[in-house]
Amino acid sequence: MIELIHTYWLYFLIGQYPNGPLGGLALTLLLASLGLLLAFPLGLLLGLARISEHRALRWPVTALVFVVRGIPLLMVVFWAYFFLPAVTGHKTDQFTTMLVALVVFDGVYIAEIVRAGVRGIPTGQMEAARSLGFGRFGALRYVILPQALRHMLPSLVNQFVSTIKETSLGYIIGLTEVAFITTQINTQVFTKPVQVYAALAITYFVLCFGLSRVAYAMERRLGTAAVPLSRR
Amino acid sequence: MLSFDFSLLLSGQYHDALVAGFVLSLQLTAVTLVLAVPLATAVAMLRLSPSRLLRAIGVSYVEAIRNVPLLAHMLFWYFGAPEMLPEALKQRLYATNIEAISAVVALTLYTAAYMAEDIRSGIRAVPPGQMEASRALGLGFLQAMQLVILPQAVRVTIPPLISQTLNLWKNTSIATVIGVAEMMYRAAQVESATFRSVEAFAFATAAYLTISLTITGLASWYQHRYPVRSR
Repeated sequence: MIELIHTYWLYFLIGQYPNGPLGGLALTLLLASLGLLLAFPLGLLLGLARISEHRALRWPVTALVFVVRGIPLLMVVFWAYFFLPAVTGHKTDQFTTMLVALVVFDGVYIAEIVRAGVRGIPTGQMEAARSLGFGRFGALRYVILPQALRHMLPSLVNQFVSTIKETSLGYIIGLTEVAFITTQINTQVFTKPVQVYAALAITYFVLCFGLSRVAYAMERRLGTAAVPLSRR
Repeated sequence: MLSFDFSLLLSGQYHDALVAGFVLSLQLTAVTLVLAVPLATAVAMLRLSPSRLLRAIGVSYVEAIRNVPLLAHMLFWYFGAPEMLPEALKQRLYATNIEAISAVVALTLYTAAYMAEDIRSGIRAVPPGQMEASRALGLGFLQAMQLVILPQAVRVTIPPLISQTLNLWKNTSIATVIGVAEMMYRAAQVESATFRSVEAFAFATAAYLTISLTITGLASWYQHRYPVRSR
């Protein structure tokens, strides 16, 4: 095991970089961070559309949420894999494909976090803001969202944990993230699959468990439970 | 772009392949569900037990499983775990459908970790006063459990368990990574054989959505029919 780590740790962490494309754990983290970062504004818009007063806004977004929540992430990845080249006109690399799939998928789940977060603010806040002369948008922007976002923080950290786990699906479309690199290491070593895959599991565990503790600590400090989304 | 070819989906070898994948996905879900619920109940009992050691075992199981992606579980149980078995057993395993077995093992362990938490919080959701009141009214412990606590706990527990079943249904798609010929695998196979991407993916999407919406409907029916009364 020690020898294994000694030989492959750098490959495991960054793939063939700088002699080749970035890969391994670094790519996993980059993909998860970018995914969540881009999914958040999308999720915010979708979440607000979900609770909008306008049916024209609410209904299509509600339908989108139901569809995306009803299919596996892998299905979204396959659609992205197929659609992106058709839309953009040129071949899309695996990183972009996976990123787009993650942003759409996580955007929808974040929309539900946003919706629950805004719903959790007492209606009196909105009424008070409106009676003080704020428009509906101004009230959301200056009164409701600043409070709601604070309550959403633990859920967003939990969502980051989910996103890290979801990046592993990049394996299926040949993205050189950490699970893919591990399989390549396994092919090279050949005789120690148990140790190689155990190392992968431990890596994910340390990362995700650590982050979920952070979310838990935040929950306790803020005195609010995370939005009870059924986690994947 | 070519027009949407329905005939491909309605009959012929590709139709058969897609339907076979759909059926296998359903089978994976059903088998996993049957195995995961008892395991989850056992883990929930560990989590609630008065012994600190047993509780620690329960927590370790749940955290160790939930913080590792299902894909990594699948890879481990397919590529890694069989190597630990004695040679004779290994040979017998490789003679069977080892992909499906590995997938069921991974799915069962993964799903049970999530369900255990739902079952635990369901039982804890019943206020302790309920047990005290039943005992004061002269019921024995088992009677109180059977007549007062469990009927209330079940109402709280079933909806989250149904939603975990929905996650399980979607998670079966990851079995494609170790070559289980389920819905997603078949869709990709038909896609690469016919270049009819839209048709193949539309079939799979419709299949996943149909079952997902049915499960969602079931959950809201249950909550409407058996509302939680203790709160």
